[in-house]
Amino acid sequence: MQVEEYKPLIVAFCCNWCSYAGADLAGNNRLNYPADVKIIRVPCSCRVNPMFILRAFQRGADGVILCGCHPGDCHYTSGNYYTRRRMALLFSMLDYLGIERERTRVEWVSAAEGAKFAATMNDFAQKVASLGKNKRLEDLRCKK
Amino acid sequence: MDNNLLKEELIRISGAKPVKCMSCGKCSATCPAYEQMEYHPHQFVNMIANGDIEPLLNSKSIYKCLTCFACVDRCPRGVEPAKLVEAVRLVSVRKQGNNHLTANDIPQLLDEEIPQQALVSAFRKYTK
Amino acid sequence: MQRIGVFVCWCGSNIAGTVDVKAVAEALKNEPGVVYSANYQYMCSQAGQNMIIEAVKEHKLTGIVVCSCSPRMHEATFRKTAEAAGLNPYMVEIANIREQCSWVHKDMATGTEKAIILGKAAVAKVNLNAPLTPGESPVTKRALVIGGGIAGIQTALDIAEAGFPVDIVEKNPTIGGKMAQLDKTFPTLDCAACILTPKMVDVAQHEKIRIFSYSEVEDVTGFVGNFDVKIKKRARFVKEDVCTGCGACVEKCPMKKIPNEFNLGMNNRTAIYIPFAQAVPKVATIDANACNMIKNGKCGICSKVCTAGAIDYTQKDEIISEKYGAIVVATGFNPISMDKFDEFAYNQSKDVITSLEFERLTNAAGPTAGKLLRPSDLEHPHTIVFVQCVGSRCASCAEKGKEYCSKICCMYTAKHAMLTRDKYPDTEVYVFYIDVRTPGKNFDEFYRRAVEEYGVKYIKGMVGKVSPEGKKLKVQASDLLNNKQIKIDADLVVLAAAIEPDKSARPLATKLTASMDTNDFFTEAHPKLRPVESPTAGVFLSGACQGPKDIPETVSQASAAAAKVIGLLVKDKLKGNPCVARSNELMCNGCSSCERVCPYGAITYEDKEFRMPDRTTKVRRIAKVNPAVCQGCGACTVACPSGAMDLQGFANNQIMAEVDAICK
Repeated sequence: MQVEEYKPLIVAFCCNWCSYAGADLAGNNRLNYPADVKIIRVPCSCRVNPMFILRAFQRGADGVILCGCHPGDCHYTSGNYYTRRRMALLFSMLDYLGIERERTRVEWVSAAEGAKFAATMNDFAQKVASLGKNKRLEDLRCKK
Repeated sequence: MDNNLLKEELIRISGAKPVKCMSCGKCSATCPAYEQMEYHPHQFVNMIANGDIEPLLNSKSIYKCLTCFACVDRCPRGVEPAKLVEAVRLVSVRKQGNNHLTANDIPQLLDEEIPQQALVSAFRKYTK
Repeated sequence: MQRIGVFVCWCGSNIAGTVDVKAVAEALKNEPGVVYSANYQYMCSQAGQNMIIEAVKEHKLTGIVVCSCSPRMHEATFRKTAEAAGLNPYMVEIANIREQCSWVHKDMATGTEKAIILGKAAVAKVNLNAPLTPGESPVTKRALVIGGGIAGIQTALDIAEAGFPVDIVEKNPTIGGKMAQLDKTFPTLDCAACILTPKMVDVAQHEKIRIFSYSEVEDVTGFVGNFDVKIKKRARFVKEDVCTGCGACVEKCPMKKIPNEFNLGMNNRTAIYIPFAQAVPKVATIDANACNMIKNGKCGICSKVCTAGAIDYTQKDEIISEKYGAIVVATGFNPISMDKFDEFAYNQSKDVITSLEFERLTNAAGPTAGKLLRPSDLEHPHTIVFVQCVGSRCASCAEKGKEYCSKICCMYTAKHAMLTRDKYPDTEVYVFYIDVRTPGKNFDEFYRRAVEEYGVKYIKGMVGKVSPEGKKLKVQASDLLNNKQIKIDADLVVLAAAIEPDKSARPLATKLTASMDTNDFFTEAHPKLRPVESPTAGVFLSGACQGPKDIPETVSQASAAAAKVIGLLVKDKLKGNPCVARSNELMCNGCSSCERVCPYGAITYEDKEFRMPDRTTKVRRIAKVNPAVCQGCGACTVACPSGAMDLQGFANNQIMAEVDAICK
């Protein structure tokens, strides 16, 4: 019997001004990171509603990472501070629900940090892969 | 003790932050015991930051500091040089007395002439 | 239902090298809403764009997905293409299959698989896209400059020269600011008055510039291009348009013992006064706290001697309302208070002075008519000690000093020391420094000249204590290079006090919803690339209100701010970003959560009447977003507990659809 290699599904929310540009830079420099990471562009990390993250886990994502500008560098002056507080709360709640801490992360990546973006994604994907499939929040009704 | 360990120890005892020093010399400018000291407050800060502690331990300067805290009050960076001097003094004193005074030693030291206060403070100082 | 066209770009081999573009186009054909799919070598080329335009017409497309490079690269291009094809430009979405797919993955199978998923996410989003039209707002072609120092003067002159009317609001009776108090200016030593007063006259005579002196900004509402500002013109009890500035009233006023602010209290003025000879506007002002006529109704001499009949004791504060397109903040700085620095004996001895007081002492128009005399006994000082960094770079105690470097002190101290040695070679001059910081054109040369040619004694170290003893000041300091503690008997001690933003800046920032740092300096929109704009649209920064600055830097920033203002005012209409927040009034419960997180103050509340199912009406408080002010960050959408707030272009359901498409 052939065992299919396990591939985690990772959703990355990147703010338009820093992290999305950082991801572009990683591409420009041809830095590799796993294809399991799929990026969704948002104007600011503070646009990410906790609902989106819950939805991702419900739909079978194995990890969710949020990337924004470094604290103090937010294009909208204070958006990433909101993100930091909101996600601290959300992640501790998810931890309580059984979604391990390693499956969620907030990372600050500036537009100049292509290498950091790739390294972060490699590290995150590897951690998530080592945890295996996320079944805790998965809603089986979503799988037809 | 290794110089780096000693430095850590001094910083821990004093709670002071020698890295914050910007070498303005206001501590030495304000020191009333400056003339009596071989090493001056700003040198204490600098030498501890560089791990050059042995000369300080062997210097009489540590007993010349009046602990008036003028340098602590005036320091624009919050380095607290007097606390560093005191920490060096403490380390030196502990070394000399091989560090400890135990409760059992106290009865032998009891003497009508010695004020109680002195015993209490010695006990406090040498048992840490 | 949308009719979506998918266009997959090869980007030569950049994408096609690791992504099977044909397979992507084929796979996306079956997605809901997709009616057409194609691939082409260079989608961004003219031919590629024409292909899109034709497809839109032929297949009656309502939405477009382009699978290509980053939207940061060509989103604008394809939006224009859509517009050319008669579509709303916001019906275009880009799937980034180059920077975030083909360039990071080496394997064709993985690359293709990921590209398909990214394409599906984009299709899912376009399905929910709605046409968006950027809001337009007219621009009031008038600028407001708050603060009439050199920064405000330069900004106002530059804007007025471009043909736009400008109003300057100055809280003092005259414009001129700190520069008017200075004697000479480094590093060229021209006299401040000689270069400043002509500019003040230019301002006064410029037909496009109005000066509201002795006035303050009371209230600001509105947004970029459309600010409504209320200016409070304080009563000066003198009719500005009648007073000729002859000064007869000043001569005759019996209240002569009022500390003169312009000379920092080193001499006295009268209750009715003109701050200095070159004041603009040159109009007398009555100090209501000192005037016997206003306080007790007894005196009235000034109105008797005024031949023009300009005195009006019944004058009241007046509120002026005006509309502006842009606001420039130029509130400037002040030296910090020396009260907390007991070690320097500032409050014990008159002969310990700040550098700004020293400026007045050496200024020909100052209290000693330019002769350097000690304030206590008016004798010539023979030993002068300058102390640098008093309160600057002071991290230990926030209420005492400031953590930052005040930037200008090294240079003005070098100037003071040099000028003193030049005029009075018999004077010993000591400068105690921690570091000498002279980054500026000809600055270091200037400082070296003070040392090498003028014999100023620079000592690396700090003064620890100043104690007055008899007629002398005992200065105890350290000389770090010689490892010595030195004692100097000085006649005069000059403290280079740190500078801080003017106290009026903080309340003003609140009125403007402009952000500030912990030191009360205004923050710029970007520290490197947008240094003269505030993050609040339409508010610009000029001079030391943004950070410590010397005169050349202040003037360059003032002109830069003016250029930005002109760039805004030449526009007839401002086109906004349509991706802004919008509140669903039926769902909003008026809780104010969104207002609290909005960094721009774009959200206001109004009471609106709603018709209820039982035919009654009910008034509810609902949030309203001003699209001209909203920058579209989306913070409010997450804060909203009822889900009433949504961001156009990045709507909740759109992002949700993307999540779903990726997690399928």
